[in-house]
Amino acid sequence: MPRVRFVQQDRSEKSIEVGRDLSVMLAAVRNGIPGIDGECGGCLDCATCHVYVDEEQTSSLPQPSEEELELLSAVSGERKPNSRLSCQLKVLTPLDELVVHVPARQS
Amino acid sequence: MTGLVIIGASYAGVQAALTARDAGYCQPITIVCDEEWLPYQRPPLSKDFLLGRISEQNLILRDETFFEGKQINLVLGQRATLLDLRARQVTLAGDNALEFEKLLIATGSRARRIAVEGADFDGIFYLRSVTDAIDLKARLADAAEIVIVGGGFIGLEVAASAAKLGKKVTVVEASSRLLERAVSPILSTFLLDTHLRAGVDVMLDETVTSFKGNDRKVSAVVLGNGASVRADLVLVGIGGVANDEIARSAGLRCTNGIVVDEHGQSETSDIFAAGDCANHFNRFCESWVRLESVQNAQDQAKAAGLAIAGAPAPYESVPRFWSDQYDVKLQIVGLAGQYHRQAVRGSVDEGRFSVFYYRQGRLVAVDSVNRPGEQMAARRLIAAGISPAPEQAADASFDLKSLVTAADKAGA
Repeated sequence: MPRVRFVQQDRSEKSIEVGRDLSVMLAAVRNGIPGIDGECGGCLDCATCHVYVDEEQTSSLPQPSEEELELLSAVSGERKPNSRLSCQLKVLTPLDELVVHVPARQS
Repeated sequence: MTGLVIIGASYAGVQAALTARDAGYCQPITIVCDEEWLPYQRPPLSKDFLLGRISEQNLILRDETFFEGKQINLVLGQRATLLDLRARQVTLAGDNALEFEKLLIATGSRARRIAVEGADFDGIFYLRSVTDAIDLKARLADAAEIVIVGGGFIGLEVAASAAKLGKKVTVVEASSRLLERAVSPILSTFLLDTHLRAGVDVMLDETVTSFKGNDRKVSAVVLGNGASVRADLVLVGIGGVANDEIARSAGLRCTNGIVVDEHGQSETSDIFAAGDCANHFNRFCESWVRLESVQNAQDQAKAAGLAIAGAPAPYESVPRFWSDQYDVKLQIVGLAGQYHRQAVRGSVDEGRFSVFYYRQGRLVAVDSVNRPGEQMAARRLIAAGISPAPEQAADASFDLKSLVTAADKAGA
């Protein structure tokens, strides 16, 4: 099964198995990954599931939608070129492991 | 058994357990819940779930792996019936009992029932739990004419979903405008237009006096003006009631919910409450409030979890809400309440705007329609106590985020 590796600010990390149809946000919440709140459940309302995608993997993912970009423009943590909302991310083929970094804060 | 017992396994109950555990609480944690389901997401129930866009399986918010990983004992399908504060014991249906050192009550709220003739007919629905949603979804499939009683969040979201499914929908609202308790007239009018454009019939200033039925199955809704509207399915969304009976019977002070402080603690030490069932003083609202929202449930539960773990930090969040209806993304921060001035930014006609509300010159709330970036900036402004001048707020070329950034720099 594909995996997502969550890297925290203190460099500690946890890798979990994630079905390809499950969002990275929901996978994080189900596994109690600290720092990803996902308050709105993935309907692009809250911007509390912000992550930084591993820079080498950004090109393997579909580009963010306009709505996601608008929310990203106002995330609480530092906005970077590889910022994404994890509710919009899935581990798509051919990726076997997606690596995301959790920001310092969500709200 | 000792340790922490939590009644209720929705957003607040689970969040408090998680926060307490992550903050170093090392005693046993047990969550009891009268529902049979693993904790699930509620907001999609009135929207994507009814529309078949999210499966039951993907509603699940926390699964067994989570509870095992956090060493939290989850007891499903068991209702807590009695709370004895002196014995520090919760009795469950079936007479099992749990002893505790600390207790969190996160029993949520339930749908207010309509008390008119015929209210017990088949075909009259409420929407709160996943089982409600499964029943409603199944019956919607065969229904043609739907009447929604109540123009609040649940009613309007179900109205939008039913209209999208091609049903004939009528909304009956007792007040003079939609979402009266949550938004200002400008938003109410915008939402009314949106629903009318989608073909939904909206009756304002109108009450329901009874239901007619055939064979105890609802067939029509009788209105205060004597007219009746045909209905093969009725959804009643007329507000929520705190599930605070177990707390009241135990002698905890309840005033529209269990009265708690900024740590989610009741007036009895070691007894906490969070979420829909709790009433707290919110400094951003300048009043006591019982909020029914995911944000409140989670943030209040975090504060309670931290206090339980002995690492207290107060609950100080600006209330946030959202609603999705058709292509309208409505986001709300703060409670406008009695405001003195408003400023509109963007275009109401184009359905992309925010309304800024001021009380005594201070920005207290912002409603946004399809302006998520603006809403995010507004949330940070209100949380930081920054008020742009109304003229700045109304000027779409003025960068709201610059005020937040300036404050961040000044603070750093």
